Parts: sequence; structure tokens; C-alpha cells
Amino acid sequence: MTKTVTDVICPFCGTLCDDLEVVVSDDGKTIVDVYNACAIGAEKFMHSQARDRVKRPRMQQPDGTYKEVSYDEAVEYTAQMLANAKKPLMYGWSSTSCEAQSVGHEIAEKVGAIVDNTATVCHGTTLIAVQDVGIPSCTLGEIKNRADRIIFWGCNPAHAHPRHQSRYSIFPRGFFTNKGHKNRKVVVVDPRRTDTAKMADYHFQIEQGRDYELLSAFRVAVRGEWLPDTVAGISKERIYEAAEMLKSGRFGIIFFGMGVTQSLSKNHNIDEAIMLTKDLNDYTKFSIMAMRGHYNVTGSGQVMGWQFGFPYATDLSRGFARYNPGETTSNDLLVRGEVDAVFVLGSDPGAHFPISSVKKISQLPSVCVDPHITPTSEVSKLHVPVAFVGVEVGGNCYRMDNVPIDARKVVDPPEGMLTDEEFLTRVNKRLEQLVAVT
Amino acid sequence: MTKIALNLISGRTIQQGVAMEGGKEKDAYTKACGIIEMDISDLKKLGAYRNTNVRVTSKHGSVVVKAIEATQGPHPGLAWIPLGPWANSVTDPNTYSTGMPTFKGVPIEVEIAINEKVLSSVELVQKKCRGEI
Amino acid sequence: MTEYLIKNGFVFDPVQGIKGDKADVAVKDGRIVTGVSSGAKVIDAAGKTVMAGAVEIHAHIAGPKVNEGRNYRPEDKLFTYTPKSRQSRMAGGFSIPTTFKTGYEYARMGYTTAMEAAMPPLYARHVHEEMRDTPIIDEGAYPVFGNNWFVMEYLKNGEIENAAAYIAWLLRASKGYAIKVVNPGGTEAWSWGLNCLTVNDPVPYFDITPAEIMTGLMQANEFLGLPHSMHVHQNSLGNPGNYTVTLDSLKLAEKIKPNNKFGRDTVLHSTHLQFHSYGGDNWGNFESKSKEVMDYVNRQKNITIDTGCVTLDETTTMTADGPFEHHLTELNHLKWANIDVELETGSGVVPYVYSPDIKVCEIQWAIGLEIALLTKDHMRTFITTDHPNAGPFIRYPRIIKWLMSAEARKERIDSFKHSAKMIDATLIAGMDREISLYELAQMTRAGPAKALGLANLYGGLAPGMDGDVVVYNFNPEKDHKPDEIEKAFSAAAFVLKRGTPVVVDGEIVSNGNKRTLWVDAKTDENPQVMRDIRDKFLRYYSINMNNYEVAGHFLTNPMAIEVDATR
Repeated sequence: MTKTVTDVICPFCGTLCDDLEVVVSDDGKTIVDVYNACAIGAEKFMHSQARDRVKRPRMQQPDGTYKEVSYDEAVEYTAQMLANAKKPLMYGWSSTSCEAQSVGHEIAEKVGAIVDNTATVCHGTTLIAVQDVGIPSCTLGEIKNRADRIIFWGCNPAHAHPRHQSRYSIFPRGFFTNKGHKNRKVVVVDPRRTDTAKMADYHFQIEQGRDYELLSAFRVAVRGEWLPDTVAGISKERIYEAAEMLKSGRFGIIFFGMGVTQSLSKNHNIDEAIMLTKDLNDYTKFSIMAMRGHYNVTGSGQVMGWQFGFPYATDLSRGFARYNPGETTSNDLLVRGEVDAVFVLGSDPGAHFPISSVKKISQLPSVCVDPHITPTSEVSKLHVPVAFVGVEVGGNCYRMDNVPIDARKVVDPPEGMLTDEEFLTRVNKRLEQLVAVT
Repeated sequence: MTKIALNLISGRTIQQGVAMEGGKEKDAYTKACGIIEMDISDLKKLGAYRNTNVRVTSKHGSVVVKAIEATQGPHPGLAWIPLGPWANSVTDPNTYSTGMPTFKGVPIEVEIAINEKVLSSVELVQKKCRGEI
Repeated sequence: MTEYLIKNGFVFDPVQGIKGDKADVAVKDGRIVTGVSSGAKVIDAAGKTVMAGAVEIHAHIAGPKVNEGRNYRPEDKLFTYTPKSRQSRMAGGFSIPTTFKTGYEYARMGYTTAMEAAMPPLYARHVHEEMRDTPIIDEGAYPVFGNNWFVMEYLKNGEIENAAAYIAWLLRASKGYAIKVVNPGGTEAWSWGLNCLTVNDPVPYFDITPAEIMTGLMQANEFLGLPHSMHVHQNSLGNPGNYTVTLDSLKLAEKIKPNNKFGRDTVLHSTHLQFHSYGGDNWGNFESKSKEVMDYVNRQKNITIDTGCVTLDETTTMTADGPFEHHLTELNHLKWANIDVELETGSGVVPYVYSPDIKVCEIQWAIGLEIALLTKDHMRTFITTDHPNAGPFIRYPRIIKWLMSAEARKERIDSFKHSAKMIDATLIAGMDREISLYELAQMTRAGPAKALGLANLYGGLAPGMDGDVVVYNFNPEKDHKPDEIEKAFSAAAFVLKRGTPVVVDGEIVSNGNKRTLWVDAKTDENPQVMRDIRDKFLRYYSINMNNYEVAGHFLTNPMAIEVDATR
């Protein structure tokens, strides 16, 4: 006999679907099947069951190979590394629970570390823009119940947030949108004809990197002012038409992604997108939302916010919290050689940072806490495998609209494996002995 | 040898997501991310068949990936490598004081490298870190 | 537990009617007792003022909009950080301090309990996570109900009992403390970019008026017999001429009778009244209507109010009144954050600079103080800044200075840029009233505790009450310069929280043993309401019903106040 766990939260992307059903074996040890999840979410649950999973910490040897060590040795190495470093970087935090983040912050405060999360290569520029010009937004249920104008700007949820369109944005039937997608006009702005664009009423195939210009043109068109014949490869007639279409809606939303945060102009692109949203509120109701990537990158920003006052890139090395993107951000710190140890948890910079930054990690004392084998774990001095949050241990997570949802435990972790929070708590205890507070 | 200049962007694909969760050390991840999607017109310019290994070079590095036809095109002049260490071997690390490397809009050159191998993610990153490639 | 004897202080305790007599206060096992053994630790309070721990009835200190304020205002942290110490975490921020700083700063001023004033139920976990990280002070949070779809639908049909059953369910699900109402109907209207500016403006689609929402919620509150009354932020906040809307709202209480077992004899708490006591019809002829409003409040015995005093600082406004924040950003052009919350509420955040060089700000400053000074019954008027809206809570000592010293007020008025115009538009210059320490204890201790239905625990020094005792370096028999008043109330000489010393000589010495308060109201089973809840989750919410309730592990030392409303 198997049993089904319902209302399971998916620990993959910022959509944070909470309607998964996971079938587990009678002894509660193995996952048999996963329902309602997208292909990626299902794979995440199933992969936790992999036979070749690494279950104990591994230390890099002089010849580059890895040798199994105990959790006690791993705790000792990590605590010593952090205690001895002058300015360690503690990076990641986006694929773990708020409870674990909180313990991590205590450690960072003790050792004077820099705490940075994956927003640094994702929506960090969005956070900067919000600090410049604010952000009018709403919860995803508001979109489902009210929105009749949907813009996806520089994002491709069909691939990156697979259930977003069916749960919240394009298709769901809500209270004031009982005809689902028939109530809605969908706009996609992307230099490629993406699978999301194929579902849209309007696709603006923008010249790559010209988002600032096109956003400005939309602001101009909303006010009915003069435009040149083409902007960013789009004809002015189409821009005016789209502006009127947006103004004529009752409730609109701009979702945006890496297409605007990672292209040149970066935070300025987002400034302009937010100001377009604000302008549209003179005519109708409009909101804007970042398509956050990791399932709990938003939570990391929240916890850092209430504990230190900044959403990422928080430097505690001087004994008080400082924040200065461009200086206290991971890639800048690594490339400039300003950190002397690297602790990674809940992210894979080895795969997702430019190679020049990864080289620096590989040359420093480094610890990678991750359930998987990753490029980061394979260049770090120590790899500490842990239980999967949201599969083998619960914990609070924040969806892309900042709504907190408490993730569930579905099965036990393999015997003897620690969770993120347990490992961090042990490191923290050890540091209490190593680091004297004055 | 023909070299063509393209503008590179990277990002998520569903295959990248699935393969990543299945294990980055596995072949499936290399198949999903050790690729470059090019417009069919650009493949013609290069004189490459579909599924040919190519070397992608930028000011910031170089990597061998398999060239395939754009799945979400047409996008002539634009090239796409899914998010991962292959893309990050050539991406622009400059943050211009924003903290954010310039992952999108990297000028690259592509040339056929039919006899070169697409490395796995772990091999690629380890070799780059050791300075072996 | 250690025993404490706070000896020879000048004691001010409205609960026992002690008005500055020299007396000893004994604490054992966390509670006030009549006497302790000779082994008790003695705190010499000779020449000092002794009061119960103060109770904050309305402040925005935890939750999504507070944290949006923190995260989008890095500038608020400049020059504010204190490093970690043996007992305390590093702490910073001015108008929106970090959670650690929030706990420390309240404690340093002698506050031992604080209520978060607006909790969006969908974000309740976030509020509780922040409260968990706020040390020392006991806390509770008010979920917002004034724009909730269930509430509007039940009340439109006159179904008070169903509304009450839903409220009881939501208080349990969100671990909330009271019924909070913010711009009733107006925030729902804001989801379409609209607003409700009077008590009779119908809510779009729902076709119910703010007056009907407030009346119905008061009835439901008394049907349940909750410890606190309905707590309302009225319509048309911040607009010239809004005092008539305020009076219209307050008058709704005339028909309602209190019903509860907590000794609460009021049915409506009107919050940050300063923002609702404006005359004129534009910013040019903007003027104080504090007298008109306070005349009514003084007469009408079943309402309580808090002041919402302007402190003349750069601050961060935040409220569930979404349309107001949009209005404000259009006025001052500073960055605007907005969060509309499905089926429940909304909110906005905008920084604001209350400048002593701007006439309107000067008038707002005067109105807040006038409300306190015009008060006849100090058990029904409480001092707040609607933190951080009219100013940060760390300015309470400064407000106390202004209230206790006409000289301090005169100094302030004389240095305003537009003092002559300000004097014409207000009453403050003609007021020589000075609040006494006993009245201060009523307005900050006994009064709010009673209004919250917590008079048995907080706000007094009678035996059996919580051992929350504060000693201020303030000798009531001596004359004080205004700034000495502010200094004395900024950093208490000694603070005991439930029998644990948490502040000594103005410094944090312990993280205490905080509790989280919530209200567990039992009602008869109501299958219709449960069906409606299931239906709305299935069709309109973006999360599953089974993932909605805040689990107990989010609450530090939870303390459920139980209410039995079964019939």
C-alpha cells in the first residue's frame, strides 16, 4: 500500500506551487510518484531518491579527488574556516528554508561575513531599482481574479516557471475573470520567439538589449506624445496600439525576468518598467512583479531585511551591516579578491557565476553545502550533502509575490544525514567556542 | 576556417531545469546545456550542419558546445546557450558596479570544432579552474 | 525565580489609584506580589519614578509592508547601526528598525508589550516570523477585516453570526488578536484604482458601504466578546476636511453595547486620530479640527482613541490604506510601493519628510498634541505615533516632553518657519495644559491595557499582574528642563519584564522571555461558513486552504486568550 501526501509545496521555482500530491511507500521512505508538478518539480522529488546520492561529507585531497569524512569533521573544518577568515563570503541561501537562513545569519554576524543570495545574479538589479523608485505590486491571486492585461517582459515562464500561466496569469478563471484567458490580452516582449510568445496576443521581438528604449517609448505612447518611426526594432504604430490596449484594461500586470535584469542598463531597465507601471495607474490599475527564480530567494531577502535591513549583498565584516551593490556583491568581491573564504549553501555558483569568479572560489578555503553534486561541490575543499528542503524536511519559504508558505516534509532523509538547519546549528555552536565576543 | 560573429544571450530552458535537478554531473545535463542554439541562417553562414560541435569564443573565454537549430526562433544574429557553466565560460563578468555580471548581450565568435569534445559540467569547471583549458 | 523589591520609588499606578506615593513594588515568579522574602534583590528607586511596563496599542513593527520599507530604504540605516554585544544582536534602522532593534528600543523606553497594527492574513506567517525575531516584548497582531470578501458578503446580507464565525476561524488561522479595519471598503475599491472617501460610498461590486462594514464588524466583535474592540482606521485619512467623516464613523458606536468578560467597556478604537481631524478643503486653508473631534470623543464614553502624533522626522509611511499611499506619492513624488492582497486587503509604503519648515506638517504636529491635551478621560486616549507613519516610536520621550511641558511646546512653535500661520490654524499656542505623570501612566499603561482586554496582566502594579516594572530617572518632586524629561523617558534606569531584568541603566541586559498573544474564539459549528471558506480557497485563492493556517511553531511562547462564543 502507498499513501498520498497532499498540499505539498514544490521547492523548485518562485511560483512555489502548493498543490502537489506525492505518493510515498507505506514505510514513508520512498517517493513512488508525483502529481500536479511540472517536469522540473517532479524531477526534483524523484532525484532525491537517486541511488548514487552522496550521503556523507567529502573533503578534497591534494590530488583533487574527494574522500569521505564525518559530519563532525565537516563541522570542524567549516567552523575553523569561518573563524579564521578575515572576510568570508557566505553565499546562496535561496534553496533553503527561512529557518536555516536565520541560523546562517547568526553565524555571519559572529564571524563578520558577507551574506549574499542568488539575487546577486538574478533580480539584484530589480532590488536596486525598487530602492530607486518603489514597486507597485500585488499577490498572484489578484492577477488570477482581476487581471485582463498581462505583460511578460524579458521572461519565459513556459520554460522557467512552467505552471505560472495556468495557476496565476494567462489561463485561470478567477472571480472577475470567469472566462479565463478569453478575458485577457497577453503581451510578450522578448528578442526570441519564445514558447511564451507563441501564447501571446502581441509579441514584440525587441532588439536584444534595447529594453530601456522600448520601455521609454511605451511611457511616451501612454501619454500620447511623439515617437520616432521605430524604437528597438518595433514600429511606432504597434507601440501606440499596445499603449492604448494597456490603458483600456481594468487591471494590468507586468511580469519581468532576466531579459531586463541581466542586459546592459540593468537596474535602469527596471526603473523604467516600474515607472511605466506607475504611469499606467493614472489611467487604470497596474502592478508589476519580478519573476523570482529559486523557490526561496524571496525569503532570503525577507529574512535579511528584517534582521539587517537589506535584501542581499549585506556586509557584516565591520561589525555592523553595510550594503553597497557593486562592492559587497559576490562577483565583485570574488573578482577583486576581497574575500578569503567562501561558504556556499543553497545555490550553485560553480555553474551559474562567470568562470572568472568560480576560479577564485576554487583557490580559496571553501565549503559547499548542497544535496547534489554540482560544479561548486566539485571545486570546493569540502562538500557537505544535506537533506532536501521541501522533500525531506519542512521550513518556511516565500513565493515570488512575498507570500510565505510553510514547506512540507514528505519523506525521511537517508539515515544519518543532516538538514541545512542542523548542520548550520552545529557550526554555530562550535563557533561559540571559537569566536570570543567582546 | 569560417568564423561568424553573434550576440550571445543565456537563460533557462525546461530541459536545463529538468536535467539540473536530475544531476549536473550526468550526461543529460551536458546534452541540455552544452549547446548553442543558432538561427538556421547563421548555421548556413557558418557552413555547419545541425548538431556540429563548435567553439564559442568571447573576450572572456572560450568553450566547445554543440550547435543546434534555434528552438524558439527565428532570431538571426542572436545565439542562445542555456544557463550553465558552458555559457558562463564565455559570459561577460563585468558588473559595472551593479553586482550583476552582464550575462546577456555578449559578443561572441563561433567556429566549427568538429574534432573537439563537449566536456561535462564538472570536467569543464574543474579544468578551467586548474587552468588546464 | 529571583525575587525583586523595587524600593522607595514614586509609584504611579492608575490600576490601584496610586498617584506618586512613595511605595515598594515586589515581584516574585514573574508576577507582582504583596511582599517578598528578605532574600529578594533590592532595586533602590529612591527619587525615581516607578510605573508598570508600557503597552503599545498601535504600531507597524512586523510584517510584509514593514519589511518592504526596510528593504527598499537602505538610506534609513545610515548612521544608525550598533554592533553586536554579549546580549544583543547588531541592530539598525531609524524609522523602520530591524526586528532586534525594535525589541531593544521599546524595552529601553520601558515598553514591555506591543501590538502590530495591521496583519494581512495571507501574510500572517511573515508577521509571526518577524515577531519571533523581536526580542523581549510581548506581541500580538491585528488581522485586517475591513476589505475582506467574506466579511463584506456576510455583512451585506446582515449575517452577523456568519461573519463572527468567519472572524473566529481567521483569528485562529492567522493567530491574530483583534478585528482591525483599515479604510473600510476603500482598499477593495483600490484594486480597481478607486476609493471610498465617506462612510456612505458604496464598495464597487460588493455594494456595501463603509458604515455598514464598521457597524457589522462591531456587532460581530461583541457577538464574539473579543478582548479588544473593533480597531478602526477610518476612511479619508489625511485629507483636508476629513473630520466630518471621522465624526460619522465614531457615531456608529452609539448604537453598540460592549459585551465581553475582560472588563472592556468600549466598542470602537479609533486609531491615529490626528490624521482624521483635519478642517479646510485644500492644503491652503488646512486647519485643526481637534476640538470638534475631541468634544465628541470626551462625550461618547464607549470609544477609545490613540493620537498618532507627528514627530517632525523623515519617516516611512505604511498602511493597508492602499489608495492613500498612491495619493501620497502623487503629492510628494517619493518612491511608492503597493501590495494588493487577494480577497483580503492591500497596502502601500511611501517615505515622507515631516518638515518643521512646511506649514501643513507644523499643523499636523499641533493636532496630534491637541488631541492628547484636550482629553478629559486619559483612560481612553493613548499616545502613539502610528509608528512609523507620523514618526518613529523611539520619539515617544519627545512627545511626552511636549505633553508635559508647555515651555517645550512654545520652544518648538517659536522655531517653526510658519509659526504665525500655524498658530492661526490650530489651538496649540493657547493651551497651557501639562499632562501629569499619573495621566501619562493612564495613557501609556492602564488605558491601552484595558482597551485590549488585558487589564488583568498589563498596565498596573496590583498583586497578581505581570511583573513588568519600569524605573525612570525622574524625580517628580523636582523641576525639570524640557530636555531632561525626554532624556529620562528615553532610557529607563531599570526594566523588569515578567520578573526578568531586561534593561539596566538604559542598556539591554537580557533578551527576556517574550510571549505571543492571540485570541482563540470558540463558536458553534457553522457548516455554511466552512463551506464558503473551502469554496473560496478552491476557486479564488492562490494557495490551498490546508497551507493557510499559521502553525504553532511560528509563535514564541504562544499565549491564547480564550473566548467562548458558543450559544
